[in-house]
Amino acid sequence: MIEALQFEFMQHALLAGILVSFASGIIGSLIVVNRMVFLAGGIAHTSYGGIGLAVYFGLPIFLGASLFAVGAALLIAALTLKKRHRMDTFIGLIWAVGMAIGVIFVDLTPGYNVDLMSYLFGSILAVSSEDLYFMGVLLALIVVVVTFWYRDILAVSYDSEYANLRGVNVRFFYTLILILSALTVVIAIKVVGLILVIAMLTIPVYIAEKLSNSLFSMMFLSGAIATLFTLIGLWFSYTYDLTSGASIIMVSALSLGAFLLIQKNK
Amino acid sequence: MAVVEISNLSFAYDKQMVLEDINLLVEEKDFLAIIGPNGGGKSTLLKLILGINTLDKGKITVLGKSPKQSLTKIGYVPQNTNVNTDFPIKVIEVVMMGHVEGKRPLFGYGQHEVLCAMGALEQVGMADFAQTKIGSLSGGQRQRVMIARALCAHPQILVLDEPTSSIDITGQREIYELLKELNEYITVIVVSHDISVILEYANKAAHVNKNLSYHDISDKESTFHTHGDKGHFCEIELLQMLGAESCNTCEDEKPQWRLKP
Repeated sequence: MIEALQFEFMQHALLAGILVSFASGIIGSLIVVNRMVFLAGGIAHTSYGGIGLAVYFGLPIFLGASLFAVGAALLIAALTLKKRHRMDTFIGLIWAVGMAIGVIFVDLTPGYNVDLMSYLFGSILAVSSEDLYFMGVLLALIVVVVTFWYRDILAVSYDSEYANLRGVNVRFFYTLILILSALTVVIAIKVVGLILVIAMLTIPVYIAEKLSNSLFSMMFLSGAIATLFTLIGLWFSYTYDLTSGASIIMVSALSLGAFLLIQKNK
Repeated sequence: MAVVEISNLSFAYDKQMVLEDINLLVEEKDFLAIIGPNGGGKSTLLKLILGINTLDKGKITVLGKSPKQSLTKIGYVPQNTNVNTDFPIKVIEVVMMGHVEGKRPLFGYGQHEVLCAMGALEQVGMADFAQTKIGSLSGGQRQRVMIARALCAHPQILVLDEPTSSIDITGQREIYELLKELNEYITVIVVSHDISVILEYANKAAHVNKNLSYHDISDKESTFHTHGDKGHFCEIELLQMLGAESCNTCEDEKPQWRLKP
């Protein structure tokens, strides 16, 4: 592994792993405490529509996927703020339609055999410098937003009805959390792929939740745990020539199992 | 001075009439108990006073203004504080949510906000738990924290929705004793199922079941026939008195609306 670090693609992979781990640790915490896991899954799959459109129109993949995912997040926010009890139906619908749009546009693209697998399961070894900039800027944005509006985000997440009574703009922060989730999902697709992104957003967070007594420490700890899993997964992937995304998720899942066993026997 | 004044209020969800022709006057330092059957409109009435629901017909004034304008003067303790107990949040952070918008620092919480929250926790006897995770408290302790959160905004009115619904008997008494102390300088409005307990503390009672009937019960001795040495009130009698005007389904001796579904 150490000798692999001299390759640029490996340096990129490590850096991307760390950036994405912290982004998904922070945003995953918000997704979990707000009970929006299914929602994030919907956005992840919907973003494939954006990938299809980007391929068809020859746009950068990240741009297409980001715009499409943010659009889906806004649509879901508008729908769920109005009809919360039908939320699961809407999400399921948007989830499938987004993927269908993606598949059709990839079909329509002449002479282009898109490597579907790399979007479904991630391609951390093919991270470019532009991808790294995008990831870095997004992580910085997330840190700024979460630090600046920490108390409002905390209030909305813990008890939105009460926050509303105390003059916090619940709609705004709910939508903001969804938009940041959409962007985080897009960068996580590069590392673990859109099918596995949900595990990345939830497993480290679940462990961190049990060990934290504040949302802030949960976010930071989730990021650290996710980084650890990503690096170990990457090592397995490199050493045994396995798909990186799947390796990272398996490392996370096995660690979670061990964590739960230790907790139970304590 | 009238703290809450409601006149000729009616409210409907879709076409279902929930509250009809309600009149109510709450005065300063009153301890008002709102009782009534499930689905009778108690919580709806609270939400109208808080300005969460907007009314169809009639008028509500809170401290001489509209409910929305007076929102910062009302401390609210919502129902079901046992949800979301996994949430990683410290007691002090929950209490600080009670602050109303105003002077706030660029990041985090100001010194005055922390001090104010600690003061509120001290008032409810929970200062030692400030740094504890909220999920590890008992139901009664958590309810005290929620009261502290409401007190954080220095309210003139404290509104509680079923504050003791999931607390053991000792815990319930403690909560009501606390409310009694607070009542020395704050107006208290409580929605509750536990009529016998609450009517020992309340000086006014309103029975809500679409309509509202209202009684001054500050002089307990002459209002109620009591038995036993602890001065418990005879619930049946109480129900007959309060319910006769508004509840025509309670012909049965048993108070049906006390049975939780």
